[in-house]
Amino acid sequence: MKKTGSEIIIDTLLDEGVDTIFGYPGGSVISLFDTLYNFSDKINFYLVRHEQAAAHAADGYARSSGKTGVCIATSGPGATNLVTGLATAYMDSVPMVAITGQVASKMIGNDAFQEVNITGITYPITKHNYLVKDVKDLHRVIKEAFFIARTGRPGPVLIDVPSDVQKASCEFKKITNVEMRSYNPTIKGNIKQIQKAVQMILHAKKPIIYAGNGVIISGSQNELKEFVEKSGIPVTMTLLGLGGIPTDHPLSLSMLGMHGTAYANRAIQESDLIISVGARFDDRVTGKLDEFAPHAKIIHIDIDPTSISKSVNVDLPIVGDAKGVLKELNKIIKKCDIKNWVDYVSDLKKKYPLSYTKSDKVIKPQFVIETLYDLTKGDAIIVTEVGQHQMWTAQFYKFQKARSLLSSGGLGTMGYGFPAAMGAQVCNPDKLVVDIAGDGSTQMNIQELATVANYQIPVKVLILNNGYLGMVRQWQDLFFDKRYAGTCLGRQKNCKPVCAGPDKKCPDMIPDFKKVAEAYSVKGYRVDDPKDVKSVLKEVISIKEPVVVDFRIEQEENVLPMVPAGAPLDKMLEHGLS
Amino acid sequence: MKYLFSVLVENHAGVLARVSQLFSARGFNITSLTVGETEDSTISRMTIAVDGDERVMDQVKKQLNKLIDVIKVVDLTNVPQVERELVLLKVNATRQTRSEIIEIVDVFRSKIVHVASNELIIEAVGHMIKIDALIKMLKPYGIKELARTGQVCMARTE
Ligand SMILES: Cc1ncc(C[n+]2csc(CCOP(=O)(O)OP(=O)(O)O)c2C)c(N)n1
Ligand SMILES: [Mg+2]
Repeated sequence: MKKTGSEIIIDTLLDEGVDTIFGYPGGSVISLFDTLYNFSDKINFYLVRHEQAAAHAADGYARSSGKTGVCIATSGPGATNLVTGLATAYMDSVPMVAITGQVASKMIGNDAFQEVNITGITYPITKHNYLVKDVKDLHRVIKEAFFIARTGRPGPVLIDVPSDVQKASCEFKKITNVEMRSYNPTIKGNIKQIQKAVQMILHAKKPIIYAGNGVIISGSQNELKEFVEKSGIPVTMTLLGLGGIPTDHPLSLSMLGMHGTAYANRAIQESDLIISVGARFDDRVTGKLDEFAPHAKIIHIDIDPTSISKSVNVDLPIVGDAKGVLKELNKIIKKCDIKNWVDYVSDLKKKYPLSYTKSDKVIKPQFVIETLYDLTKGDAIIVTEVGQHQMWTAQFYKFQKARSLLSSGGLGTMGYGFPAAMGAQVCNPDKLVVDIAGDGSTQMNIQELATVANYQIPVKVLILNNGYLGMVRQWQDLFFDKRYAGTCLGRQKNCKPVCAGPDKKCPDMIPDFKKVAEAYSVKGYRVDDPKDVKSVLKEVISIKEPVVVDFRIEQEENVLPMVPAGAPLDKMLEHGLS
Repeated sequence: MKYLFSVLVENHAGVLARVSQLFSARGFNITSLTVGETEDSTISRMTIAVDGDERVMDQVKKQLNKLIDVIKVVDLTNVPQVERELVLLKVNATRQTRSEIIEIVDVFRSKIVHVASNELIIEAVGHMIKIDALIKMLKPYGIKELARTGQVCMARTE
């Protein structure tokens, strides 16, 4: 049977099980949109208000479910608007397929209207990309794209389709099996290496498990739990590994790294063996590399060989899918004889708990997160923007389950949270989805209020409003003499040239988020008094429509503990600088 | 240390850009790179020479393998192999110097492929070390132009 390029695209998407697309139209994808219009019973199309949001929404859809997210944009500016979303997904290994329109084949290279070399631009931020010049290749390319996006270490794949290729037609025959001679990721860990690992583990006196996003991606939280409990080894998690093991599990040390717990950081520094599962020794995790875990041997389980020995030297690499490797480990691992070490680590937990100064006068951000946890008990999908609020979320929300935290870890993209929450909510209509946001980040994709209002996507946006680009302000507070250059979101024309903090004369904050929400027909709240935090949260959670809450929080609260950039993990600021 | 990789890649548009972008993104400097079709016209072979230390090269190898369009990476740095490069040299040649130059060309078993009243074009094929030596010998006469292809390599089986 003959089909047009656009029909082939939609057919192949359906064949891949796609039922949701986020996108934005334009000249070079009109044909594709026209075909999509015929399939509204099979594919839910969400018109966002900015292509960046389409990419993040597809990302949130994917992270919350493990399915491959799909977004569509037009050529030129539509395609470039996807760039931040693709880079975000690439850094955090999110399976995604982005389809962009391109100018007609014969115009390519002519600087045509809305032409941009999007495959060239996205080489470094996609797992792979394609420019399809022949309609006969389209079906195979899309099949390959999905295969590449979801297998091995997942990642975004972009397919650029010239407008004439969408309109051209050819004989259509389905491929059932994707085979690529140049791509077959190693999935199964080498069994000899796994046996060696067990020997190393049983001989260690101070072992620690360091779990990352790979645990979440491979769906191996049960295997990880079994491994932790069988061996009795304490476990710490990266930001994206949170939920890999319940935060309040007796052997959990919660998050490590720059804003990790003091006990996790101390424990890893003193350990003699690190068992890394699906984590990549990012610089926000290791602190000063030369002084990272100086006594530890390292076992590194990762599906991506390039992650191994990239920053730290690994003693025993195991290339393979975390789930399979953990299963093999669980078959032969025994209880480790490490009572002293486990006692010592439990002691650290008691001695250096996460804490903050409580207040009944001003809302403490940590208190909002704690209350949210108390009300939800971990049964929610928590999405964050980027900044202090993100770190407080990681510290004070006790994640219980995999895929319950969606956050831009690798790229640290402000503006990620709201659209990602939208995507997650669409994928999980019956779950509570909360975007914990900063006042800065929220404004980077605030236009999506229209999308959530129109489609009644009931995400809850909780803004921890400190009036600052708080995370940057914190660095200025600690390392730049409190010179708040470019970080006060309330700064106006007649403010004094140099300002070292808020006072009573500061002008009212712009915007009024409650009013903004209401302008978009979204319910808005503003909370100033700590006494109201719980009742408002309770109410908000029960509402089945989108809500924005503006929590006016302590403006100069800092995230602690903190390992200053470039310092070793055990040189933490635990109470700020004195 | 100089490393030498022979990389088999899919023969289609954009692959060279992907490979070179991989190197530039990590700040590795390619000293020589050649590309051409193989006996299978859907596959090209890239021969890449890079300077760096072992750790960096380990990453390079893995990163190359990670590229979807790369079919196979062979590290030829420490294996028995045949390595060749072709060079064209345009050298000043007066009536006095011409015979001396021809003598050098003979010693290096290279060829004169063009003669003009005041210059010669020489073609030489060989190991990079030989080419370097030839260039050094001809320098005093004045090299007006120089074009090198970069190395191509093949592993030897005993
Ligand atoms: C797109 C983007 N631009 C700049 C930054 C640098 N940056 C990191 S955190 C931050 C401040 C975020 O402010 P806000 O959203 O209000 O969160 P807070 O830290 O105050 O909780 C900035 C500017 C970034 N991460 N992303
Ligand atoms: Mg803020």
